[in-house]
Amino acid sequence: MKYSTQKLAYPYFIAALALFAVQVLAGVLAGTAYTLPNLMAESLPFHIIRMIHTNALLVWLLLGYFGAAYFLIPEESERDIHSPKIAWLQLFIFVFAALAAVVSYLMGIHEGREFLEQPLWVKVLLVVAFLLFLYNVSMTVLKGRKTVVSTVLLLGMWGAALLFLFAFYNPDNLALDKMYWWYVVHLWVEGIWELIMASMLAFLLIKMTGVDREVIEKWLYVIVGLALFSGLLGTGHHYYWIGTPGYWQWIGSLFSILEVLPFFAMVLWCFHMVYRSGRNHPNKAAMLWSLGCPVMAFFGAGVWGLMHSFSFINFYSHGTQITAAHGHMAFYGAYVMLNLAFFTYALPQLRNVQPYNQILNMWSFWVMTASMAFMTFTLTFAGVLQTHLQRVMGLGFMEIQQQLDLFYWMRLLSGIVFVIGVILYIYAALGPVKNQVSPSLNLRAANK
Amino acid sequence: MSERLTKSAARNIFYGGTAFFLLLFIALSIHTHLYIVNSSTDQATLTPSVAQGKRVWEHNACINCHSLLGEGAYFAPELGNVWVRYGGREHPEGARMGLKAWMRAQPTGVPGRRQMPQFNLSEQELDDLIDFLEWVSRIDTQGWPPNTAG
Repeated sequence: MKYSTQKLAYPYFIAALALFAVQVLAGVLAGTAYTLPNLMAESLPFHIIRMIHTNALLVWLLLGYFGAAYFLIPEESERDIHSPKIAWLQLFIFVFAALAAVVSYLMGIHEGREFLEQPLWVKVLLVVAFLLFLYNVSMTVLKGRKTVVSTVLLLGMWGAALLFLFAFYNPDNLALDKMYWWYVVHLWVEGIWELIMASMLAFLLIKMTGVDREVIEKWLYVIVGLALFSGLLGTGHHYYWIGTPGYWQWIGSLFSILEVLPFFAMVLWCFHMVYRSGRNHPNKAAMLWSLGCPVMAFFGAGVWGLMHSFSFINFYSHGTQITAAHGHMAFYGAYVMLNLAFFTYALPQLRNVQPYNQILNMWSFWVMTASMAFMTFTLTFAGVLQTHLQRVMGLGFMEIQQQLDLFYWMRLLSGIVFVIGVILYIYAALGPVKNQVSPSLNLRAANK
Repeated sequence: MSERLTKSAARNIFYGGTAFFLLLFIALSIHTHLYIVNSSTDQATLTPSVAQGKRVWEHNACINCHSLLGEGAYFAPELGNVWVRYGGREHPEGARMGLKAWMRAQPTGVPGRRQMPQFNLSEQELDDLIDFLEWVSRIDTQGWPPNTAG
């Protein structure tokens, strides 16, 4: 760690991991509501659990990005963060808003559009925190060295903040409401967030492989180009059946194919750079996460997304468990693993130690990744069966759900295993430092 | 290829291409907005009670169990066509009574069956919500869902 203000990332990562725990616990409760529907029906109904599950995910991912920005911007800009005080204020407001949202959901106070359930004043607080962040990092970047990594990261963060403003627009016409709702939802996760993802991966590759920055940054441009060229019009695959014009079926189907390319390019990019460097970075766990992330993103977001985004398939599969299968692996592969990779890379430096607890950390990688893959498979099977029975045979929704019980039990089981993986990770990352890599090994690798 | 493509060329392609696709997306968005307002939805019957019904829908976060036009949670049935499923096109009064009776009867308490909470909606709220669902069922959705099961 070269700059003292990089330490600001540490509290952000701790807050992010705490909300990660909240998210997966809510996930297990939601999985329980599927299998034992009477258990909590009165005390904690499904719609409240699901709000906490999805909102905690989004908030902790954002906290991870903020922390990552505070860690990487000083190194990229070659100067300290503009104002550490603002960074602390931002963290305080953001975490307060997140906790306030969770508490208000438990009390039944919420708005009613999916993922945007935060009460208005919480939304305003989130925007205020976001603006504080943008001011703080933009000032740092403007005064310091400008690199492609920091420029792309800033573009991603500014874009995410601007698009969130559509969360404040809620027309009475449901079709219009849905059209602009996707500006926040799709253009975040299948557009602008890919800029954040690619720039964080680029930073990790530069640091861990030692490959020339020029090469990595050139491909960074190519990847974010592919992401936006395909992702903007790829919004079309959400505009099939909500009252939008028929031409979106052609545009959406075509650009959905292209949406796979940035993820595939990220796989090639990461593996090629690691292969080319021939260097053994001592933080093996961070390397594992950094390579696992694009691979799982390619399958979850790319393959599972493409599978049901052709309009003639989506006509039957739209709004079934297939979407749930895709959503789980896409978020895990692209954004959860990205953050866990970054935390794993940065935490030894933030804690002033050599890479530590690596075996445990890598175990958590395999436990989480395997259980998420299993969950995705079970939900895919459930979804295919549901699609056939409901959309082809025309059987009633509730009647079919009973036949899917076995899959829901297996999903709950994989969810519980996933939580074990999360506990392992959090213990490996934040628990006592054991089994440090010997410093001489680290030095040798760094000098190479 | 890696020798021929320089970093500045990659940068120019990124910014130029993004600007191109963004403009195209904005142009199509404007057309789509006008299409929704003029063709696919019935703006004339978007009455205050339909708008109020949408507020009831949101206030109770129905979307976090049900789906509406296929979007939402998949824990409970699709409601974009619930009006049609209840026979509202042929017998609007019967469908309205049926939907009200159903919501009032929740939770059913049937063991092993997913439970819908009791939201204690007033007569007015129930009517507004049903007006909203009726209005939604008339959106031109390109023929989706494939059948009345939703």
